[in-house]
Amino acid sequence: MLQLWPKGRAFVIVKAAGLACHVGRKISSFKRPLSTSERVPRICIVGSGPAGFYTAQHLLKHHKLARVDIYEKLPVPFGLVRFGVAPDHPEVKNVINTFTQTAQSDRCSYYGNVTVGKDVTVEELQQAYHAVVLSYGAEDNRILGIPGENLSGVYSARAFVGWYNGLPENRDLKPDLSSKTVLVLGQGNVALDVARILLTPLDLLRKTDITEGSLAAIASSKVKRVWLVGRRGPLQVAFTIKELREMVNLPGARPILDPADFAGLRDAIKDVPRPRKRLTELMIKTALEKPGEKEAKIWASATREWGLKFLRSPLEILPTADGKRARGIRMAVTRLEGSGESATAVPTGEVEELECGLILSSIGYRSLPLGSSVPFDRKHGIIPNHLGRVQGVPGLYCSGWVKRGPTGVIITTMNDSFDTAQSVLEDLQAGMLNVSNTKEGFESVRSILQSRGVHPVSFSDWEKIDAAEVARGQLAGKPREKIVDPQEMLQLIGH
Amino acid sequence: MAAAGLLGAVATLASRRLLCAPPGAARGRAAVLGPARRFGASARAWRSSEDKVTVHFINRDGDKLTAEGKIGDSLLDVVVDSNLDIDGFGACEGTLACSTCHLIFEDQIFKKLDAVTDEEMDMLDLAYGLTETSRLGCQICLKKFMNNMTVRVPEAVADVRQSIDMSKNS
Repeated sequence: MLQLWPKGRAFVIVKAAGLACHVGRKISSFKRPLSTSERVPRICIVGSGPAGFYTAQHLLKHHKLARVDIYEKLPVPFGLVRFGVAPDHPEVKNVINTFTQTAQSDRCSYYGNVTVGKDVTVEELQQAYHAVVLSYGAEDNRILGIPGENLSGVYSARAFVGWYNGLPENRDLKPDLSSKTVLVLGQGNVALDVARILLTPLDLLRKTDITEGSLAAIASSKVKRVWLVGRRGPLQVAFTIKELREMVNLPGARPILDPADFAGLRDAIKDVPRPRKRLTELMIKTALEKPGEKEAKIWASATREWGLKFLRSPLEILPTADGKRARGIRMAVTRLEGSGESATAVPTGEVEELECGLILSSIGYRSLPLGSSVPFDRKHGIIPNHLGRVQGVPGLYCSGWVKRGPTGVIITTMNDSFDTAQSVLEDLQAGMLNVSNTKEGFESVRSILQSRGVHPVSFSDWEKIDAAEVARGQLAGKPREKIVDPQEMLQLIGH
Repeated sequence: MAAAGLLGAVATLASRRLLCAPPGAARGRAAVLGPARRFGASARAWRSSEDKVTVHFINRDGDKLTAEGKIGDSLLDVVVDSNLDIDGFGACEGTLACSTCHLIFEDQIFKKLDAVTDEEMDMLDLAYGLTETSRLGCQICLKKFMNNMTVRVPEAVADVRQSIDMSKNS
């Protein structure tokens, strides 16, 4: 039973006497002739991260004729799986395998190096396709909105992550890592990621796919202590337990948690759902209990530290005497009103200052509007939609962070993308997308791109880039050495 | 694709928890390529029916899928090797980095399962539709007492809609 036919290869599944054995062999590309009476839905997806690929996957699986084209502004695919997931979390990137299968399937095509909104407009895509799904994610970050935010030494965590993960636009970030103390504003998984990358022993980091350039910078870093600062309390932390556990067990590092922050918390979590309970219990244990033998050893010889500061809201980033760089931060001391997820932080009037030369703002990603033809809810930073159908624009859909907001892990996006695909399938079935009106798909778009001097990158082009990165990585004992210059990528494939 | 996929697979193989491999058994898993539509290149040796366990999966749309595995296989192995049609199952390929292999067990089976580790619980905590008898399929290995058990694939989204499938011939 086969759902997808990968290009150029046929896999035959033979069931014999209760066995299943899979045999792969190469045959020439399988092309199914289309009669003119067949109504082939042509669907376009903008963005090749998890949202784009999971939407494509679901559509292809549940519709036997639909053809799906995935557009991506960078030459290389996979979005945050490549540029967001931390280098020391390779298992999370395993989803690339299933995305690769999808991209290689007969009815799917990938077009990299095409910026929708610039190289081709959404209206032009709507002319060429029966349905367009916007899955372009959240490429920007929320702003603190406080004085000193633009001083040297202040970066968004998004840019910092982009920097060590080889996102082309962040390759020249050159963060100043000469400060002993780093403040990360925010207490989510991204905040933990950046703290961990700053504090992980070098011999562990150098075996990952972290970029060569950032590894060299981190190697000469003076960073010894990282604080994660939150406006609210321990019960409102946004990071999850696996990542916290990883931090607690980080070789060479010791946690600094103020026991006072955790007093009375055990009672408060008695009836709270299990995930929040276990997460809080781990923090309490780390803060209040004597460490086990293994931890005690690590902490005794630790040369680096990380800690959590609660009930602090940033007011101003303080400049050095010459006014150019950050030297510290002034924060309002807050107290909580209400409890649980909806508790709010209210200033008490007290203020605190901390010295530090490097501040990473990790308060959330942010989607950007695509153009005047696509409605955008600026308040919530999403495209207004109902079940993935863009409000007021028939034939236009959205999935992933641009639909829901920039939170959640890959499974959240997967479910959400399947949901949007469901809406498209429903509309196809109900005849709301007029498939008898033949659309040309990429054939229409090709000439538009040509006239604008844009050369799309195919999936097999990506495979050449991929192979080059892997080969370079092998020389350095890494899974890959990412190419960070798009021009170099294009040259490699002969564009 | 080949280099990346294979390298990814090799890395996966190295980090994957081979919890259930019986001592001495050869359990190569080449080219692990993704959930529910993976094409493993492992050929399995013939074994007597003593080693076989039948498992019924109730899919999200209520369909019953029946598959067979051998003792020691994880439920993720069963889904993959039998190419069961479960959307998005096993995204991280058994490395405890997601919760997409979340399954719900019958009470009497659940009680007999091996104790859950902190690592599994950490990921299970993030699963949608968590129940008292939930576990991650990649961590549960087939044992004789599981023969003919029924597991349920949990709902994936809050909004349950009639699933549309236009892939089958009308």
